Amino acid sequence: MSTTQLETGNQKLATDLKELAQEIVRQAIAGGATAAECVIREGDEFSTLVRLGQVETLKESGSKSIGVRVFNGKRAASTYSSDFSRAGLDRMVKSALELSKITSEDPFAGIPEPGQLGSISGDLDLYSADVYSLPGEERISYARRAEKAALDADPRIKNSEGGSFDAATGHKIMANSHGFVGEYRRSYCSIAAIPIAQTEDGAMQRDYWFSVSRNLRQLESPEHVGKVAAQRTLRRLGARKLKTARVPVIFDPLVATSILGHIFEGVEGDSVYRGASFLAGKLGQKIAADQLTVIDDGTVKGGFGTSPFDGEGVPTRRTLVIENGVLKSYLLNTYTAKKLGLQTTGNASRGLAGTPGIGPGNYFLQPGTKTPQQIIGEIKEGLYVTEFLGHGANLVTGDYSRGASGLWISGGELAYPVEEITVAGNLKEMFFNISEIANDLEFRGAMASPTIRIDGLLVGGE
Amino acid sequence: MAGDQCPPDQSRVLPQLSWCGIIEGSQRSPSKTVRHLTNVDKNQFFLQRYGLTERSLEQFLAAALSAGGDYADLYFEYLSSTALAVDESMVKSASQGTSAGCGVRVISGERTGYAYTDDLSPERILHAARTAALIASGPAKTPVVGFQQKAARSLYPIALPSVDAEISAKVELVMRADAAARSYDPRIKEVRASYSDELRNILVVGSDGTLAEDSQPLARMNVSCIAKTDGNSARGSSGGGGRVALDFFFGEKTPEYFAKESARQAILQLDAREAPAGEMEVVLGPGWPGVLLHEAIGHGLEADFNRKQTSAFAGLIGKRVASDKCTIVDNGTMPWRRGSLNVDDEGQPTQNTMLIEKGILKGYLSDKLSARLMGMSDTGNGRRESYEHIPMPRMTNTYMLAGEDDPQDIIHSVKNGIYAVNFGGGQVDITNGKFVFSASEAYLIEDGQITAPIKGATLIGNGPDVLTRVSMVGNDLRLDEGVGTCGKDGQAVPVGVGIPTVKVDRLTVGGTARKESGGFMQ
Repeated sequence: MSTTQLETGNQKLATDLKELAQEIVRQAIAGGATAAECVIREGDEFSTLVRLGQVETLKESGSKSIGVRVFNGKRAASTYSSDFSRAGLDRMVKSALELSKITSEDPFAGIPEPGQLGSISGDLDLYSADVYSLPGEERISYARRAEKAALDADPRIKNSEGGSFDAATGHKIMANSHGFVGEYRRSYCSIAAIPIAQTEDGAMQRDYWFSVSRNLRQLESPEHVGKVAAQRTLRRLGARKLKTARVPVIFDPLVATSILGHIFEGVEGDSVYRGASFLAGKLGQKIAADQLTVIDDGTVKGGFGTSPFDGEGVPTRRTLVIENGVLKSYLLNTYTAKKLGLQTTGNASRGLAGTPGIGPGNYFLQPGTKTPQQIIGEIKEGLYVTEFLGHGANLVTGDYSRGASGLWISGGELAYPVEEITVAGNLKEMFFNISEIANDLEFRGAMASPTIRIDGLLVGGE
Repeated sequence: MAGDQCPPDQSRVLPQLSWCGIIEGSQRSPSKTVRHLTNVDKNQFFLQRYGLTERSLEQFLAAALSAGGDYADLYFEYLSSTALAVDESMVKSASQGTSAGCGVRVISGERTGYAYTDDLSPERILHAARTAALIASGPAKTPVVGFQQKAARSLYPIALPSVDAEISAKVELVMRADAAARSYDPRIKEVRASYSDELRNILVVGSDGTLAEDSQPLARMNVSCIAKTDGNSARGSSGGGGRVALDFFFGEKTPEYFAKESARQAILQLDAREAPAGEMEVVLGPGWPGVLLHEAIGHGLEADFNRKQTSAFAGLIGKRVASDKCTIVDNGTMPWRRGSLNVDDEGQPTQNTMLIEKGILKGYLSDKLSARLMGMSDTGNGRRESYEHIPMPRMTNTYMLAGEDDPQDIIHSVKNGIYAVNFGGGQVDITNGKFVFSASEAYLIEDGQITAPIKGATLIGNGPDVLTRVSMVGNDLRLDEGVGTCGKDGQAVPVGVGIPTVKVDRLTVGGTARKESGGFMQ
């Protein structure tokens, strides 16, 4: 049971946060709102950073905040506060009601229909108290071991931005005036190492690696994290520039996930209904290569993108977004679904205030059968991208241009590191030109992609 | 304002690389109005509101130093904000909110302990102080008794902070922006205009007797447009503001000003050709293209990276890092500017710091910790996103001083290159020095003449040597409109940039068209 101290004058009373959320909704309705939603968020975090063997920072804290969204007919407004005193909560509700008088009537505004609300039942394995179970010294030791493994890996690694161990928990409560009330807890912990390698001429390179999990048990060992971080850093030493060329490009899973993210941005309802996406109006059409199947699933046990209900109290679900290159579904919340004459896909995301946005569940590209090594092995001359720099995607036109670094592929082998290059094309064509999808799908966040190969891109250099 | 797009608790545990970057992004969203704010004597805001006394502040600091340590400070923050947006000619959202909290920091050698609370009762602050104290291990130390408030500037005196102004006036601003953008051209089909403001009251007290208070307003407007024709569409975006009152948007920079600029860019982009790829001469227009300086050298000169020897600029003080036409400063003392501060988030007055003088690297940007460890002076650049964050060296307003060249002569001197006047943002890897910035409005220069507009493209270069290739510097220094938000280690702070027209002899442009000798092939 989650309890909090509610201060009412001098008298303190313990109140269940679900109860509080429902009370705020009732208060808004009593004040004249035609519909209302309340969200409460609690979070705790712990972090430790060790650099060159010494503790550099220790941070430990928690916070709590509350937000309310009210409807005055078809007008909406929202307020939030970190002040849980009676006076603070009253002020928050009153301000929201006042603010809802100045917004415009929007025929599509509103909360979900009662029949759409609900929550997935059963334990989704989102919370494990063990993320906080390590004693202080042990946490520091995790961070120290990760960094040490990186520093010990090679004499060229002489410096570091450190090793870290972090843990966080979140508790989210939501209630609305159709009687919905729900809550869930999530936990995370991670280990990371960021070593710096240096060549004899003084040129430095930095890279990183990390392991993240909802529980301590599944976290990879600090030594493994440190070792991978060292390998990733060392392989960048001595990077060269390239001559401008049109070559096949392989994207490792981390950068491929970023490209896959542009499909998400292109199919989320907000950019679709306003025609701000190159994928708007393409439902049922071929938009990508045959082997491309993209799924969004907010129901996977223990997933980083899993929750029992979305930001509006609608149960999460599994949505087939792209099947064999054909666009099957947009990803929607209540508002964008109404605008498009469709049904919500349970992808509403929201902070404390403002209108709900659209967020992914566990969103991924279905893996293929070849290993990344096989795919690289088939390329005579090409580029293997391991890092992007900057944000150069235009969702309206599909124009794409990013800074990049990685390794040059020669004769089917990773030959030497390259940097200070650009990769450019147009997203509309790039998704058709995904010619290979590897078998190495692994979730390190809500979105994930295996290694992919894209042909026809222009690599810019000297 | 859209909600969080990813679970904030997961992002908290992911590794924070020193990816530094600037975006033409909106400031952190929502909040609400506090009516009494301006009636309270500024110096007494936290003391009155939360019943704190100088004695209690001393007690909190004593608790923070109860296990030893070299220094402790408390950062109190009370933030109110408003955000509203017009979309499809409707004010679909409006929000207000407040957040308050206190962060306690204890420094012991190079170690930092940090804890915060959003409950400003004495018991919770004491608990945070004792948690932060755990970083040190030694006999208790006693903070200096009696606080000294330093004389501070008043760079943004405002009678009525915009968060307290009538909401109807803010509604008028976004509605006017919407109308102006739509009337610019019938091909403008989608318009979104937003207005947001905040007032951040801070109180910093340190165990060395530091006491500083500030009341920091921040307001901005943004207009984004989509232009559509049969089978073609393009976007445009414009915005601005600063530490200004609401009347700024009714006088100096009107909604119509931002709306026309946004619509102009969208219409222009409808006819944009493919951008070239490869190394070429690049001319940067004045103002926001100063994002080059922010990425290429600014982050690399932040003292923490140099103290740890992780920056490509480490050990280069006194060395040439730019052509002798380049003189670059970071100036936190400019009235009304988005990046300006009377005092930084450690209570230190900001200043105008010389970074590069006629091409020679002169200094770094420091906070208290790096200044002490490196034996240099504190330049007043210790900043943080909020009470939940540990301060670190950050930029304020970073710009290059004007040179002597006529901007027209600079264009005429280029045979084949690009002229880039607007950017989306940038990013830098401070360790290897590689940086990017993404042009959103650029043109081809052919035989000394600006010819066709080109599509957006990323420009990439190497920080420590890109400025050595600056061969011409215009006499037309301009600062940006007040749109920059800088991210470092997961913390966002408002910043400014500026630059005159400059010519960089060689920079890699990431377009989609191959460059052929003597011209660009489509």
